[in-house]
Amino acid sequence: MAQSTITADTEDSGDGTGDRSDGAKVKERARTAQRLAKAIPDKVHTWPYLVRLEMMVGTAVMAFVTVWSIVVDAPLEEPANPTKTPNPSKAPWYFLGLQEILVYFDPWFAGVVLPSLMIVGLMVIPYIDINPKGNGYYCFKDRWFAISTFLFGFLGLWISTVIIGTFIRGPGWYLFLPGEYWDVHKTQALTNVDWSTFFGVASDTTAGFLIGAASALGFLIGPPAVWWHIKAVRRKDAFFLQLGKLRYWITALLFMSMMGVVVKMVLRLAFNVKYIMLGPYNFNI
Amino acid sequence: MEKKGWFDVVQSSYVWKSIFRHEYQDTYRNRVLQISTNVFLHLHPTKIRRHALRLRFTWCMGGITFLLFLILTVTGVILMFYYRPTGEYAYHDMKYLQFDVPFGMIMRNMHRWCAHAMVIAVWLHMFRVFMTGSYKPPREFNWVIGVNLLVMTLMLSFTGYLLPWDQLSIWAVTVGTNMGRATPLLGHEGPFAELLGVDARYDARALLTAGRLIGPATLLRFYVLHCIFIPLLAAILMIVHFWRVRKDGGISGPL
Ligand code: HEM
Repeated sequence: MAQSTITADTEDSGDGTGDRSDGAKVKERARTAQRLAKAIPDKVHTWPYLVRLEMMVGTAVMAFVTVWSIVVDAPLEEPANPTKTPNPSKAPWYFLGLQEILVYFDPWFAGVVLPSLMIVGLMVIPYIDINPKGNGYYCFKDRWFAISTFLFGFLGLWISTVIIGTFIRGPGWYLFLPGEYWDVHKTQALTNVDWSTFFGVASDTTAGFLIGAASALGFLIGPPAVWWHIKAVRRKDAFFLQLGKLRYWITALLFMSMMGVVVKMVLRLAFNVKYIMLGPYNFNI
Repeated sequence: MEKKGWFDVVQSSYVWKSIFRHEYQDTYRNRVLQISTNVFLHLHPTKIRRHALRLRFTWCMGGITFLLFLILTVTGVILMFYYRPTGEYAYHDMKYLQFDVPFGMIMRNMHRWCAHAMVIAVWLHMFRVFMTGSYKPPREFNWVIGVNLLVMTLMLSFTGYLLPWDQLSIWAVTVGTNMGRATPLLGHEGPFAELLGVDARYDARALLTAGRLIGPATLLRFYVLHCIFIPLLAAILMIVHFWRVRKDGGISGPL
C-alpha cells in the first residue's frame, strides 16, 4: 500500500515526458498539482497565479497611461529666457514641499540640511525600530509610535506642503485660494522679529546669538534627555534599556528635528519670528 | 492515433522545442519550468506565498513602479532620436516632436506623464512597505536600497525637467539648483563657505549646473545625467532590490 502511494506520487509530480496525446494522464497530473498545492496551503505556483495578475495589472496601467497621454498634452511654454523671471517661479511639484519650507528657514537648512536629514532619517528607520511586531501585516496598535510618526511626517508635512505649494501659492509666494485672481503686486507688511528680542536682547549681538543657540539646542536635546532619564534611568523600562542609548538618541534627534520644523512654522505664523538664532557666516536658524 | 491540431504541430516542431524547453500542459512540472527556464520570469521564485498575490497587501506598487520605469526607458529612447541637447536646438526639437514627428506628441506625453506617475507610485510603494512593517528583519537593507531608488527616481525626474528648455523648465531648475549655493561650506552663500573661500564659479551649485548660470552647458550636463548616468545607477539598484526581495525570503507576510 505504502509502496503504491509513493509510486503514484513520484509519477504525478513526474517529469512530464509522458505521451501528450494521453489526455487522461495529463488531467491526472493537473489534479495532482492542485492536490499538492493544497497540501502546502500557503504556497501557490507563480505560473499562472502571479504572472496572470501582473499581466492584468500591467495591461490596466498601460491602458491608463495611454488614454491619459492621448487626452492631456504635456505642457510646453515659451522658449527658455534667463532674463524673464516668472512670478511665481516654482520648482517641480514633487519638490514644492521643500520650497514651502523656504518660507520658514534659510535655504541652507530648508534646501540642503532638511532633505539630507529626511533621506538619512528614512534610511535608518529599520535600524532604530527594534519593535519585532507588525512585520508583514497592516496594524496600528502593535506599532502606534512608528506609524503615527511616519504618517505625521509623510502626510502631515510632506504631502500637505506639496499640495499647498502646488495649488495655493501664487505670485510673491503668497497664498491664493484656487481660482482667486493672482495679483502680482500683492504685498503684506510684516514686521518680523527674532527670538532673542522676546528676552529684550538684540539678535545680532553675542548675547542674542547665545540665547538663540541655547534655545535651539535645548529644544533638540532637553526633552529627550528628560524622557530618557524618566524611562530608562528611573523606571528601568525594559523597552528603553533594550533600545539602548545610541538608537534612542538617533531616534530622538531626528524626531525633535521634525518637530522643530513644526515649532518654527508655528512661531512664524503666530508671532512673526524670523530667526531663532542669528549666527556668524550665514549660520541662521 | 488522434489527429493533431495545428497548435500541437507547432509545439512538437523542432524549432519550437529549441526555444521552449518544456511543454505547455498544465502540470506541476511545467508550471515550475515555465518560470525557471525563462530568463525574465525567473526573477520570480517558482512558488510564492498565497497572500503575496493579494492586491490589498502590496497594491502592486513596486511592480507598477518598475513597469513605469520600463515605459519611460522605451519612450525615452524614442525621444532621444529626435532631441538634441543644445541651446539652439532643444526647444525646436520639442516643437518638431509635437507637430511633425509621427506619434511624437503621444511619445512625449507618455514620457512626461509616466514620469509623474512613477514619482507617485514610488511614494505609494514606500508608504505600503512602511505600513506593513516590511523593512523589519531580514529586509532592513532592502529598505535602504529602496530609499536610494526613491532619490534616483526624483533625480531622474528633476534632470528631465530641464530638457524641454522652455520657461517652465529653466525656472523650475533654477529654483531647485539655487539650493545648491546654500550648501554649508560648499555653496558660496552657505554657512561657513567664506571660511573655505568658495565662490559662485566654484561651488556645489556650479558643479551641478556646469557654471554660474543655467545655460547650454547645464542642458548638456542634465541630459547626460538624465539619459545615461542616473538610469544606469537606478537599474543597478533595481537589480539589487529585486535580488534582495528574493534572498530575504520573498515578500514579507504574517508568519
Ligand atoms: C524605483 C523604485 C522601486 C522599484 C522599481 C521597486 C520595486 C519593488 C518590487 C517590484 C517589490 C516587490 C513587492 C511589491 O511590489 O510591493 C519591492 C519590494 C520592496 N521594496 Fe521596492 N521598489 C522601489 C523603491 C522602493 C523604495 C523607495 C522603498 C523604501 C523606501 C522600497 C522598499 C522595498 C522593500 C522593503 C520591499 C520588500 C517588501 C516586502 O517584502 O513586503 N522600494 N520593490
